[in-house]
Amino acid sequence: MNNWEIHPSLVLRVFAILLALVFSAFILLILGTSPLDAFALILSGAFGSLAKLAYVMTAWAPLLLCSAGLLVTFAAGVWNIGIEGQIIMGAVFATGLLQLLQDSLSPAAILVLAAFAGLMGGALWGILAGALKLYGNVNEIFGGLGLNFIAGSLTVYLVLGPWKRPGIGSTSGTQPFPPSLWLPAFNGFQVSPIEVLLGLVAMSLVALALRGTHFGLKLRAIGKNLRAAFLKGIPLNQYMLLAFGLCGGLAGLAGWVLVVGTSARHNLFPLISSGYGFLAILVVLLTNLSALWSVPISFFFAVISMGSLQLALQRQLDSSLGGVIQGMLVLLVLVAKGFQSRTLSRRER
Amino acid sequence: MKVELRGISKHFGPIRANDGVTLSIESGTLHGLLGENGAGKSTLMKILSGFLSPDRGEILLDGKPIHLHSPAQSIAVGVGMLHQDPLDFSALRVIDNFLLGSPESWWLDRHRNRNRLIELASQFDFRLNPDALLSDLSIGERQQLEIIRLLGLGVRVLILDEPTTAISSQQKEKLFETLRRLTEQGKTVIFVSHKLEEVRSLCSKVSVMAHGKITGEVPMPLPTEELVQMMFGQAVMVGKRCAVPLGDPVLELENVTVSDWRLEVKSLSLEVRAGEVIGLAGLEGSGQHLVLKSCAGLQRPSVGHIRIATQEMTGRPYRDFTKAGVAYMPAGRLEEGLIAGMTLIEHAALIDENPRFFVDWAFAAKTAAQRIEAYNIKGQPGTLVEELSGGNQQRTLLALLPSQSRLLLMEHPTRGLDMESTEYIWKLLLNRTQQGTAILFISSDLDELLDRSDRILIFFEGKVRMMETCGTNLLQLGESIGGKGFE
Repeated sequence: MNNWEIHPSLVLRVFAILLALVFSAFILLILGTSPLDAFALILSGAFGSLAKLAYVMTAWAPLLLCSAGLLVTFAAGVWNIGIEGQIIMGAVFATGLLQLLQDSLSPAAILVLAAFAGLMGGALWGILAGALKLYGNVNEIFGGLGLNFIAGSLTVYLVLGPWKRPGIGSTSGTQPFPPSLWLPAFNGFQVSPIEVLLGLVAMSLVALALRGTHFGLKLRAIGKNLRAAFLKGIPLNQYMLLAFGLCGGLAGLAGWVLVVGTSARHNLFPLISSGYGFLAILVVLLTNLSALWSVPISFFFAVISMGSLQLALQRQLDSSLGGVIQGMLVLLVLVAKGFQSRTLSRRER
Repeated sequence: MKVELRGISKHFGPIRANDGVTLSIESGTLHGLLGENGAGKSTLMKILSGFLSPDRGEILLDGKPIHLHSPAQSIAVGVGMLHQDPLDFSALRVIDNFLLGSPESWWLDRHRNRNRLIELASQFDFRLNPDALLSDLSIGERQQLEIIRLLGLGVRVLILDEPTTAISSQQKEKLFETLRRLTEQGKTVIFVSHKLEEVRSLCSKVSVMAHGKITGEVPMPLPTEELVQMMFGQAVMVGKRCAVPLGDPVLELENVTVSDWRLEVKSLSLEVRAGEVIGLAGLEGSGQHLVLKSCAGLQRPSVGHIRIATQEMTGRPYRDFTKAGVAYMPAGRLEEGLIAGMTLIEHAALIDENPRFFVDWAFAAKTAAQRIEAYNIKGQPGTLVEELSGGNQQRTLLALLPSQSRLLLMEHPTRGLDMESTEYIWKLLLNRTQQGTAILFISSDLDELLDRSDRILIFFEGKVRMMETCGTNLLQLGESIGGKGFE
């Protein structure tokens, strides 16, 4: 687990990243834009002003939380595709609690309680995916996908139904909460240190748990060899559910951040998860399940996501180009990994 | 069609599965290929049927050298193989399975082929309904379907790999009759088995394989003893463990019936006492694993009682068995025993008997180093288990067994170890028995069974016989394993 150690695969990975940039440049050329100009725009879109950097930080926090959670489920050897739904349920529970307690307690107390509610909402949704797998024999990928749809539909129902704005409900979301229920920000720098700190703390705790506790050790044993772990007397179902619950809880916390975060929209709207969960899956795949590397890589992904918004504003290009770059990056790094293991096994033969 | 194999070699990692095998099989004969598990029979046949390509050597059919790169190719030249576990599609119908793999045009002519199927089946008195779902067929019927499918594809050399392990005795008779009929039609049949009696009664000539080589080639019929010697080696040794002092009952099986999809062990009763060593002998898949797994709580018997140290354990989960002092050591080193991707230190931490919240890595490293020393493992505490050689993985498995246990259940405890290590490991195990641990172990090594156990349970097609070790010789044991005394 020496994460900073230079692997022989490092060269291959750097090559893969360069190749991804070349391919992205190629696509930009096809679209009639200078790649250098576009990359410069992405960078300035991310770092051009304090406000822009604040947006990047706002995207970074949920990515950190989700990546931390996914490290747990990946350690247990399961694909928690349902993470998007877990973010959404976190946001739903947090919103519900905020609406319930608004005006009754002090804002700080409400915010903390809402965080717990979000955590619970996500954890429940995660445990549901785990239970479906363990007791219903539903593969967690399919179960997760199904639960994502249900959670997404639930937000639409809530936004247009019981929680609609006064007057006419609109898919733009529920009535925004007042600034007292936002996470506090620095003056002029619209990001709360709380959300990023929370992400970093979660990542450190997960790294510590996986590396230093018997829980983490046993979880990794399950992920690497289910049968052997069972024969060693590890209670598979409990550990598996716990892993789903933990990941869901962290995702739910990300959902809370997306509601109360400084640069958030401060309400519940359909698909509030905005793909952060899926993006986090890419992050941990790219870092080969390393907590340490997940910190800078998730920041990098936040930069691309937020920076590429400028492509739409200034060059009339679709901002999803950022997603194309991220996806290409992950695919090529994975291909490099597969290529390496193939050539390795051939050499052994 | 005459089949010749010349100098075939194939290795998997460090294991030489086939080591310069030369074999010649005359056209229109029923040729037996006999050998223990792991002798290299299946590898050789997979090479002949295009599943594997050899590292060296050549294949000649009717004197013409051929190069096979896939099973489809070998079927095209007339060689077909019936695998040990049927490679068919249980969700499809009989007719669709029959059509699969046929080099037809893109349009499936079910009507014409249905008639072909019925005609072929009736030739051999097989009753196969073309529209039945394959999952509703017995293993024997699926075999029959596979045979006529291969014949329908024009196969002239038919290889059968352990075809009788999962079928009823009537189906076996029918199979044998079919095979005889096929040779009368001029087809060549290669019958791979480790069952002496079957090979003896069926084949006209038998080649015996051991350790990847052909150790003998003899015309049938031949006395069983000579076959046993070719299979297991020449030395005739006699069991020596006589009158070992025994303690209280540790394990009791009362009238236990246990079964899986292919086999049933019926009404087995057994009492094992502290300090006793019992060997479970039998050809692979004769029921010994079922019984061992029942004793570990991994397989629930349908009838009967299991008691550990007089405590009723029937139907309890595996964890309760572990708590009652039962330790189980599986045969699959990297499949079930060890966790690939983890180091020896991590394995040591996993078996920590008093775990706190945080892992005490220093303690785990110390434990790992101690076990490495005690079990003579060639590796470092930080070595990943998959980087160890097979023998060292085996030592690691043994090293990870809990220090205190009432009952040790082991599958092939010394597989892959050299003589010296085997001796050393058994010394450690016998030390444990002197402290009251009872051992049940499965082995396919007759020397080991005779040498180490007080009693031997012999399994044959689910039937069980108890044999006292004291005074028994290798030949008697070998014959019993091959089925003598069970009819």
